Amino acid sequence: MGDLRDLYQEVILDHSKRPRNFGELAGANRRAEGYNPLCGDRETVYVRVEDDVLADVGFRGAGCAISTASASMMTETLKGKTRAEAEALFERFHDLITGREGEKGAGRPELGKLAVFSGVREFPVRVKCATLPWHTLKAALAGEETTVSTELTEGPKAESGGAS
Amino acid sequence: MSTPAPVRPAERPPLDVAALRRDFPILSRRVHGKPLVYLDNAATTQKPSVVIDSVADMYRKSYGNIHRGVHLLSVEATDAYEAAREKARAFVNAAEAREIIFVRGTTEGINLVAQTYGRQRVGEGDEVVITALEHHSNIVPWQLLCEEKKARLKVIPIDRTGAVQVEELERLLTPRTRIVSVAHVSNALGTLVPIRRIVEIAHSRGVPVLVDGAQAVPRLAVDVRSIGCDFYAFSSHKMYGSTGVGVLYARAELLEEMPPYQGGGDMISSVTFEKSTWNVLPYKFEAGTPNIAGAIGLGTAVDYLSAIGIGRVTAHEEDLLAYATRALSAMPGLTIIGTAPEKIGVLSFVLEGVHPHDVGTVLDQEGIAIRTGHHCAQPVMEFFGVPATARASLALYNTRDEIDALAEGIRKVLRMFR
Repeated sequence: MGDLRDLYQEVILDHSKRPRNFGELAGANRRAEGYNPLCGDRETVYVRVEDDVLADVGFRGAGCAISTASASMMTETLKGKTRAEAEALFERFHDLITGREGEKGAGRPELGKLAVFSGVREFPVRVKCATLPWHTLKAALAGEETTVSTELTEGPKAESGGAS
Repeated sequence: MSTPAPVRPAERPPLDVAALRRDFPILSRRVHGKPLVYLDNAATTQKPSVVIDSVADMYRKSYGNIHRGVHLLSVEATDAYEAAREKARAFVNAAEAREIIFVRGTTEGINLVAQTYGRQRVGEGDEVVITALEHHSNIVPWQLLCEEKKARLKVIPIDRTGAVQVEELERLLTPRTRIVSVAHVSNALGTLVPIRRIVEIAHSRGVPVLVDGAQAVPRLAVDVRSIGCDFYAFSSHKMYGSTGVGVLYARAELLEEMPPYQGGGDMISSVTFEKSTWNVLPYKFEAGTPNIAGAIGLGTAVDYLSAIGIGRVTAHEEDLLAYATRALSAMPGLTIIGTAPEKIGVLSFVLEGVHPHDVGTVLDQEGIAIRTGHHCAQPVMEFFGVPATARASLALYNTRDEIDALAEGIRKVLRMFR
């Protein structure tokens, strides 16, 4: 397993302590709630979509440092991106934190600051924390009313909600 | 008034923990380069060599299916399996071995009662009573039953310390109450529930009581006849035994009247296409080939705990819990969740501004295993207004040094996240 400093990089700690775009987003026309049943975390993602562009993105909720920082940096990154760009970024982000980054070819969107989450791949039980806001965003964009659960989106591979 | 004599129960000497730790091979391993500090015992305990060896020996030397063959291996396996049942009987002081049903664990024990006794006795408009501190395994089986039967699930509240408000039970019991089902010790809070009092109240109104003993059997002497309960369920894996096996104790007269739980081999006395008749107790409730080796491991764990003396384990864990509570309460921003006056084995806490998952990840890097999350007790988390807690839970092999390591680990967490 990796070093704690790879997981909790300064940027991540900063965003977890002072999350950006935090709070209900006025004028949002898409929203979805994300839920991680393993830790009880709930996060709501708000989006204002204008002509296929994510004009504004915000979130609210209480989560661990990884999920809060991931949500915060996601909202910063996605403002002004098109829906297709957002989805492509999520795919690349997902590959980064699950260690499948090397398998894909060139021509993919640049992750930019999101690259600080690369340390998550050394902590497989924390992957769901980092992807919760992204899955929630995806549901918001799809206009789904149901709550997204990390157990349904990531599968029960790394962590179990079983024993007491 | 005479001078009060120092109250010192005539206990055997305290545990030689250093020697006991050598019984558990896994305790010598390292985790992320650090010595393992295993404080997730309420989830599952580690296994002593005698348990591991008894399971392996059975597979190596005398494994066959039980209650079937005339050949020697089947006879030996049957003898060992039934000897384990007798050990489990003595462990909880049941009157007869046929009152000991081997199940997969506490969860299956409770489901068995809900699906047999419950389906037989609970009807529309009837009531089932549980407490607010139950594990999901003592909530959901009753919800399933109540949904099917259009019955009501009622909940005895807890107070802000996490103690069960037993006096509320008097008010909740009605002529429609069919069963009361309560934990002996809370897995999320450590609360020791006054089950004798609960049994007394429920029985005075003619209502039977099931006790979920999963967290009690590894740390408290349990005597089902002295408690007076009608059902008592526990798991082997939380008391140093094999996984995948547990015990449902039930009074024989109840078991006789209950319909079978599952159909299959071993639970019948005769089968025709027109009708089958059920085997005698306990086999009526043990359909199919059971977890034979698991039961052997459970029996060995009973031997191990009995040789040590469960009273000494209780004293050891009480001392450690008091020590840990002192150490952790002194930390800035740390709140202990669950402060009932009667408490054992479990220390749940939250750190202001730090999520329990982050606490767990940092501690793991220090070799310290704790549980973080809702502990399969989401209503408890909701009651205390937290999404999750970090939980350190104790076993006979834990030491004060390990509590010091936990405290040091928490200080590291605070340095990182504050």
